[in-house]
Amino acid sequence: MTIDYSQFPDTRGHFGPYGGIFAPETLMAALEELKQQYHTLKRDPQFWAELDADLRDYVGRPSPLYFAERLTEAWGGAKIYLKREDLNHTGAHKVNNTIGQALLARRLGKTRIIAETGAGQHGVASATVAARLGLECVVYMGADDVARQAPNVARMKMLGAEVVPVTSGTRTLKDALNEAMRDWVTHVDDTFYIIGTVAGPHPYPEMVRDFQAVIGREARQQILEKTGRLPDALVACVGGGSNAIGLFYEFLPDEEVALYGVEAAGHGLETGQHAAPLCAGRPGVLHGNRTYLMQDDNGQILGTHSISAGLDYPGVGPEHAWLKDIGRANYVAVTDEEALDACRDLTRLEGILPALESSHALAYAKKLAPELGAERMMIVNLSGRGDKDMKTLAAVEGFEY
Amino acid sequence: MSRIAATFDRLRAEGRTALIPYITAGDPHPDCTVAMMHALVEAGADLIELGVPFSDPMADGPVIQKATERALAHGTSLAQVLEMVETFRQKDQDTPIVLMGYDNPVEAMGYAPFALRAREAGVDGVLTVDMPPEEAVDGYLEALAAEGLDRIFLVAPTTPESRLQAVEAEGSGFVYYVSLKGVTGADALDVQDVAEHVAVLKRRMNRPVGIGFGIRDGERAYEMARLGDAVIVGSALVREMESMVGAPCEQVTARLKEALAPFRAGVDRADREQSS
Repeated sequence: MTIDYSQFPDTRGHFGPYGGIFAPETLMAALEELKQQYHTLKRDPQFWAELDADLRDYVGRPSPLYFAERLTEAWGGAKIYLKREDLNHTGAHKVNNTIGQALLARRLGKTRIIAETGAGQHGVASATVAARLGLECVVYMGADDVARQAPNVARMKMLGAEVVPVTSGTRTLKDALNEAMRDWVTHVDDTFYIIGTVAGPHPYPEMVRDFQAVIGREARQQILEKTGRLPDALVACVGGGSNAIGLFYEFLPDEEVALYGVEAAGHGLETGQHAAPLCAGRPGVLHGNRTYLMQDDNGQILGTHSISAGLDYPGVGPEHAWLKDIGRANYVAVTDEEALDACRDLTRLEGILPALESSHALAYAKKLAPELGAERMMIVNLSGRGDKDMKTLAAVEGFEY
Repeated sequence: MSRIAATFDRLRAEGRTALIPYITAGDPHPDCTVAMMHALVEAGADLIELGVPFSDPMADGPVIQKATERALAHGTSLAQVLEMVETFRQKDQDTPIVLMGYDNPVEAMGYAPFALRAREAGVDGVLTVDMPPEEAVDGYLEALAAEGLDRIFLVAPTTPESRLQAVEAEGSGFVYYVSLKGVTGADALDVQDVAEHVAVLKRRMNRPVGIGFGIRDGERAYEMARLGDAVIVGSALVREMESMVGAPCEQVTARLKEALAPFRAGVDRADREQSS
């Protein structure tokens, strides 16, 4: 039976058993208002026209689809096309979503926006749109991430945002999300919460997906123009999963296109030191939705490890959980080391420094290319650029920064 | 009739407001929790709300977050919390116990196995902060109802009247009114605002109304007791446990009784005034 993917989530925000609205009562009315406003705007061509104009003139879309010839040669197999989200204004795919949500915030008459961030890319993208629209902006960031993503912290401050280091729990992205939720509960009247990924309570997973789906719409058209056919595979990294769903969504009905979401295996899945809930977790409820989680037998959320702050999260968007269960997408994981190797390869062979998050997608593409063979081709989502990771990379490579 | 309904009926007949203290199970040490529950009853608790620690308490303020971290550092699990209730019940068959926590530990145990074990242990009601009526219809309510456990839901200052019907239809026991926009223990209580909202609740719902979040001292307990059927005190008690890490249980219970006394006095004063 063919699935009409556009019918998901259902009216209650569910993708099969996943998703939903598992939120404290104080937020229920705000989420209902957000859902109604978003669904009204979703049918409003003027809203999308305004968004498209911003994406073109402010973000710099469409982002190119680049054939990485030297990389293809070196990895010895399928042709590798890179979707260059790293070339967007602010340096990652995150801005596609923040532009959309900020327009929504303005329509709702909110004067203050808050955001959580892991690698800082979503924080920068939020601070950027806040500056442009003249909104107050507060970004919550795990204290450990503040330390390892210093360039992005500096950018957010330069943009006029307040960056609040979160010292509770594991001091990373999940704790930043908790703190942003607490802020929202407290300031729900005047504050819009810009969630950076396809997780959280309904309608966020749907809304963020819709804003990121521009990636796949462009990529599908670009690959048809360049090659006259659809790709054999799509590869994208998955933390919360917004760049992956953004690339995948337009291709979901194209069943002949294989989808690979790449999670962070950290030091290795067998060590427990990773951030791969789809590969090694089980379903539960966290941050407003039901999805795959890294948790212990008692339902406590486990600490995660990844060299990449943007993937260092114990949950994942509910649509990915559903795509896994129904078998439409494959979820795999690569280690810190494999991601670093792929990062070096792309930098030295193509002169493109990828974010450590995106390097996970590249690392899996490196394995997949020879398996598929030279007659096949794939699109890898280069979701962000690696400038923000220079401190981590310099420490690994042993030079001063 | 459930132990919770019976307690509210008795208190109403006596013209009294219920005092419901909250403590986080396992804080400051799991070995003290049962003794602390008995101490709360001795100090005038009419019901007890027992917090089930969860790693990501997104609706809680810093005081209960830290208590949760202390409890989890000792490995306090939902299964152990149920054992604590079972032990408490050996000496106290009258005081209703409400478990308050987040969905994931309950879901990890399974709704039906949890409900069965909770009922056997002597739990009377369950309040799951991130489980609104909309999601509760997928197995949660059914499992609790099958074991005769009360389903307690929150109502917030932001809750539109249109949602009250679902809260009344799906819930039981009492309604927990969140007295402010914010996390537990926040300092933003507005008596007039609470009075208006609680008046609506009492008019619209045929159920006792408990008021909690931000009731920091005896004076505020007095003001809230004039409005609601129950006053819930959490962070103000839990804060006292911060300096009790490593202390013997007798010291912990003594401190807890001392901490609850002004709240009991505040509630009693309101009741005396209203009866005269």
